[in-house]
Amino acid sequence: MKTIAIKVLTFTGMRWGVPFIKLFSGEEAKTQLKEIGQTVGIPLAAIVTFLFLWSVTASQIETSLGAVPGPIQVAEQAKSLWIEHVEERAKADAFYERQEIRNAAKLAKNPAATVKIIDYTGKPTYWDQIITSLKTVFMGFVIASLIALPIGVLCGLSKNAMQAMSPIIQVFKPVSPLAWLPIVTMIVSAVYVTNDGFFEKSFIISAITVSLCSLWATLINTSLGVSSVNKDYINVARVLQLSPMKKTFKIVLPATLPLIFTGLRISLGVGWMVLIAAEMLAQNPGLGKFVWDEFQNGSSNSLARIMVAVFTVGIIGFFLDRIMVALQKAVSFDKGAVVA
Amino acid sequence: MENIAINEEISINSESKPGEVMLDIQSLKKVYPTPKGDYVVLENLDLQVKKEEFISIIGHSGCGKSTLLTMIAGLNPISGGQILLDEKPITSPGPDRGVVFQSPSLFPWMTALENVLLGVEQVFPQGTKEQRIDICKYYLDKVGLGDSFHKKASDLSQGMQQRVGIARAFALKPKILLLDEPFGMLDSLTRAELQDVLLEVWNQENITAIMITHDVDESIFLADRVIMMTSGPYAKVGDILSIPLERPRDRRSVLEHPDYYSYREYLINFLEH
Repeated sequence: MKTIAIKVLTFTGMRWGVPFIKLFSGEEAKTQLKEIGQTVGIPLAAIVTFLFLWSVTASQIETSLGAVPGPIQVAEQAKSLWIEHVEERAKADAFYERQEIRNAAKLAKNPAATVKIIDYTGKPTYWDQIITSLKTVFMGFVIASLIALPIGVLCGLSKNAMQAMSPIIQVFKPVSPLAWLPIVTMIVSAVYVTNDGFFEKSFIISAITVSLCSLWATLINTSLGVSSVNKDYINVARVLQLSPMKKTFKIVLPATLPLIFTGLRISLGVGWMVLIAAEMLAQNPGLGKFVWDEFQNGSSNSLARIMVAVFTVGIIGFFLDRIMVALQKAVSFDKGAVVA
Repeated sequence: MENIAINEEISINSESKPGEVMLDIQSLKKVYPTPKGDYVVLENLDLQVKKEEFISIIGHSGCGKSTLLTMIAGLNPISGGQILLDEKPITSPGPDRGVVFQSPSLFPWMTALENVLLGVEQVFPQGTKEQRIDICKYYLDKVGLGDSFHKKASDLSQGMQQRVGIARAFALKPKILLLDEPFGMLDSLTRAELQDVLLEVWNQENITAIMITHDVDESIFLADRVIMMTSGPYAKVGDILSIPLERPRDRRSVLEHPDYYSYREYLINFLEH
């Protein structure tokens, strides 16, 4: 149990948790406490200092929505967002319960009657918005990977393909999501005309914008990895006269996996970062729309609520990164080379 | 014993017999173009290697020993002259020339067995999977890795990795074995161990072998003839020393042989001038 927990923490790059586990399992307290002091105490002190400076300076700045909220107000809003979510869920449950009773009664009276099942139309809660954002970024990430991986491998294998792709990559890489969005919006609106489709239009627009911004890191890292495979490996493949397919799948790709995953990890990070902007403008009902709505709303709680969103984005981004680190370690032959 | 039977089955039916020329290098030339004009590494290099002979090539670093070996391997294009292997000119790399590189060059994500198997699959496609695995195990066992078949290459020490590299090259049943300073990166104890392993497997397989080295003792201990290369540019064969010591050899009897120090002196003399 203990060794498994330590392994998991190490694997996900959260080594700071290890001394806690050792301490609770009764290993000599002195060394563990010292390590905790180093790995947890110092960052904790920094956080406390940050919160203190924040609360002091925030109250000094008066905006049209009142004073800039400090940590306490933000924590209160986080709590109230959760309560709203719970209440909304209760309302929805009550709605469905009423509907079921009504339908049952109707059917009891006349078994041939058609019953309608109506979806609850309450507004999405903060929790729903987080889920939507995660779905969107995941969709965008999958699209980006499906485009970037094959092109990256191709560019790495063939100098000509690299020459062809290089200017396109160089030009499009630095473009902001805000610039892509109007174009994507127009194109998706023209192409994806059916509104009864499986996906909301705003969802697709946000996802595609995310992929357009995030695919470059995967593409560049993959092509770099493929083109810089150890020369000795390639020589062995030549001596053995491996077929191009065998060479690619048995040697080049396994040798490139660490860099591919570095690329994927950066891509996911970039995707999550640009998502908020994309959702804001595309009105995809995720965290971006939440921020925008709160900004437009302009209530006295709005700033604090937006700050809750800021922290949510940051913390989720952190965990997404940890997941990618764990994946990277799982597939890489050289475990030590993965930088957490 | 079953393993040996399999090996006989797949041995390459070479027409040449012991004593006949297996490798014929004729006025070989290698030129690297540089911005300041052509740099001629090798010129007018002639060398014949007989079947089942063990040759070591010695020379100063940068003299073009490795260039010569990679050209025989077909990994490096020939600028002039030609190399005939079993009377056929070499144009590209192929598994009829087993190469042991200076760095073990194993695929770290594969096990020792899988590394050897990759080559055996290429040269023995007509066999069953079990037969191919048996061949790999036979050679891994020969190099002393009988208990490490399923260890990841990345978990093996440098010396163990090079053992796998040797097994991989022998398992191809090549016409010629090319060893490019295979022990250059090892400490001297491991190096001696691996020389013994190499010699032991070679004694049983009788494959023509060429080994690049800059270690005088290693070249005497292993080879039938030591080829001394002149320093580059325009490097060629400077001198050849025959080592007619009895085979199979063991380290002690070679070191105690009355001629050993005269061989050694001869080689060092050449290298110092």
